[in-house]
Amino acid sequence: MRISVQAESFDLGEEVAAFSKEYQDVGAVVTFTGIVRNNDSGTLKEMLIEHYPGMTEKALTEIAERARDRWNLSDALVIHRHGALVPGEMIMMVATSARHRVAAFEAAEYLMDYLKSRAPFWKQEITNDGAEWVAAKDADEDALKRW
Amino acid sequence: MKVVYFAWVRERIGLPKEDIATDAKTVAELVEELRAREERYALAFSDLGALRVAVDQELTDFDASLDGVQEVAFFPPMTGG
Repeated sequence: MRISVQAESFDLGEEVAAFSKEYQDVGAVVTFTGIVRNNDSGTLKEMLIEHYPGMTEKALTEIAERARDRWNLSDALVIHRHGALVPGEMIMMVATSARHRVAAFEAAEYLMDYLKSRAPFWKQEITNDGAEWVAAKDADEDALKRW
Repeated sequence: MKVVYFAWVRERIGLPKEDIATDAKTVAELVEELRAREERYALAFSDLGALRVAVDQELTDFDASLDGVQEVAFFPPMTGG
């Protein structure tokens, strides 16, 4: 399992290729990539991502370990960036590998659902009108109930 | 005890972290002490429903004990992903 909280960008293709060739008993690799989405009026200049160094890595590791144990994953990867990002840039990715696809898909969804509201990241949107913190959505909290 | 603030909690209080000498037994008691300090703290802690707390880097509740705790963090609901 690898957890990386980093300011630098990452190469999705390289990460997935390296992740996919680690094991021979894996039949499925699922990946999800989060991208900085512009707002409806297209005025987003920057997305600033703040996090809690130390706790972030700890929380992500715990979430990934629970997913690995529950779906008997061969491996899991979480990369999440912090700092200033512009629309179109990749913010984060998760990858899961398992013998069969259902486990890999479900575990990736679980990782995403928990990462959204239990890993200490906060997003702030910068436009010409100023800076605004992104509010957490009730739907994100509700998403945890299905697990 | 080290107290750290993130996102708009940090902005409202005006600093990212501070060392606080306190006899508070629980997070809720610490919040009461902070609220009584100055208007900026009262403002930051005006709605506990809009806040989350971590004790020694583990998410917890406002009734959590501070016995032996080294670090308390206050922040809004998280928005990762």
